Amino acid sequence: MNGRQQAVFARAAQERRAALIGYFPAGFPSAADSVRVMAAMVRGGVDLLEVGLPYSDPLMDGPVIQAAVESALRVGATTDDVLVVVDRVSELGAVPLVMSYWNPIERYGLERFATRLGEAGGVGVITPDLTPEEAGEWIAVTDECGIGRTFLVAPSSTDVRIERVSRATTGFLYAASTMGVTGVRDQVSDAAPALVERVRTVTDLPVGVGLGVSTEQQAASVAAYADGVIVGSAFVRAVQEASDIAAAEYAVEALSAELARGVRT
Amino acid sequence: MAALDELDAAFRDAIGDPTFTATLSDLERDYTGRPSPLTRARRFEVECGGARVYLKREDLNHTGSHKINNVLGQALLTTRMGKRRVIAETGAGQHGVATATAAALLGLECTVYMGEEDTRRQALNVARMRLLGAEVVPVLNGSRTLKDAINEAMRDWVTHVADTHYLLGTVTGPAPFPEMVRHFHSVIGRETREQILAIEGRLPDAVVACVGGGSNAMGIFSAFLDDPSVRLVGYEAGGEGVETGRHAARFVAGTPGVLHGARTYVMQDAWGQTVPSHSISAGLDYPGVGPEHAWLHDSGRATYEPVTDAEAMEAFELVSRTEGILPAIETAHALAGACRLGRELGRDAVIVVNLSGRGDKDVVTAARWFGLGVDPTE
Repeated sequence: MNGRQQAVFARAAQERRAALIGYFPAGFPSAADSVRVMAAMVRGGVDLLEVGLPYSDPLMDGPVIQAAVESALRVGATTDDVLVVVDRVSELGAVPLVMSYWNPIERYGLERFATRLGEAGGVGVITPDLTPEEAGEWIAVTDECGIGRTFLVAPSSTDVRIERVSRATTGFLYAASTMGVTGVRDQVSDAAPALVERVRTVTDLPVGVGLGVSTEQQAASVAAYADGVIVGSAFVRAVQEASDIAAAEYAVEALSAELARGVRT
Repeated sequence: MAALDELDAAFRDAIGDPTFTATLSDLERDYTGRPSPLTRARRFEVECGGARVYLKREDLNHTGSHKINNVLGQALLTTRMGKRRVIAETGAGQHGVATATAAALLGLECTVYMGEEDTRRQALNVARMRLLGAEVVPVLNGSRTLKDAINEAMRDWVTHVADTHYLLGTVTGPAPFPEMVRHFHSVIGRETREQILAIEGRLPDAVVACVGGGSNAMGIFSAFLDDPSVRLVGYEAGGEGVETGRHAARFVAGTPGVLHGARTYVMQDAWGQTVPSHSISAGLDYPGVGPEHAWLHDSGRATYEPVTDAEAMEAFELVSRTEGILPAIETAHALAGACRLGRELGRDAVIVVNLSGRGDKDVVTAARWFGLGVDPTE
């Protein structure tokens, strides 16, 4: 369990609102510019910053995030660069987590990764393709380093599975709102409230809901039943559509402020 | 996970059900045309050190490769699970064609993901799939080959899991796929064992196959795992040469990692990013390999060697001219390996090669390679 991560949810709960969790891939469009974008997200009101570690085979991501991480990898983003980004945004006042597929962490070394992430000010790691059954060593290492662990549940998850995933999670539980990949959607799936309700029966962990949230109204409707509202593709798309980095920062801060209003209604 | 648990339960239930196994073996006999023959390669073997070389003729199966064995099994499982749609990835197109075929036979909807690079080098198979009523989706991201087709198929699967089965075509991916795909291909090994014992009165000295993901190899190896006298050799794509970096020799240049839900040997860089593989044959062009092959490699039960594009094409020509069989270029890697092994083992040896597929789909590539001046696409 990580105190700073807990504090984010505790403060949000105190303010009777959900936390806003914003994803952005490190290294897109460059390492330095990704820091500028993330700083703008935090200025706008992102409570918990999900720093994406670019991976060659992002199975859970839709076309928007795929294009961004492919571009980050083309300009040479590495795991070390991601940790530098975490360090920089942490200095700027963000509370950063890393979202990473499993192979880059394993290749970097579990202990080395968790230690350096902690030193850089990181509070947790989201691992979408790691199952609790395979996570024995990761659980030991992250407990040792005080790094939060987030695993995922989906509408298809059985109650037994939800319980197993909850037991392995420290920090917050990531509930995928729908069966699918990341991306902006017109409507947030109606499977999400039922899933969160099932999660509540087995755990007191904070629950973040992601996949498909991009507007103030969607953030508000998810905030009505979840502890955290996760937004990714909408930020990435705002940067992709901006003419330069200054415009990107402006657009991202505005979007972040809009979503921050949403989680407060 | 829920979908994998459901699949695992359905698979175990099906293989214990005599009705399911009877339906599958009827289809294998009446539709696929099994058993496939074991053909002695009398003129080919003379060029390869004189060992007796037998070819397990999976190329003679309906649709032209071993792929149909697994596809029929999983397609029957799909209907048993009450799903109405199958999706598949394909590299060379053989698995895609087999899946489109089974979907037509059983009245299932079918979508096949294929790297855009592969749709160009295997255009004939794209046309075959579309003629069979399947939707073929060219995949434009990543390296635009088999690994990216698998990524896209998995994304489709998580999105449509309620009514869709992912009919994975090789012995990789998360459990139960490696075990299940091996199970449905184990018929190759069982027949081979019976056939070679009937002809030679003894077990072969070696059983060899090409290894992309590794399904045809696992199918034929599976019947000989407990026979220590039988050498098992898999040939992977050495591409332009392992030293050039343009290859798919996972057991030479790969390291343990996780790809597509399997822990195995993966071609990856220092940061754990998958490195694009290369091979003249789309079907061997995959940066991972089935996890059971990784286990056979580590335990020493099977060995794996690279065969370059040039060696494979030399064997392609040799077997075409000595046996009148145009093999798939994937299979040509196994034939090149068998030739190498035949020279090493000498006259008294008996070698079985899994002739996993026929080469019609590769005629354009081969015509270009040999500079025949005939390009059927022009």
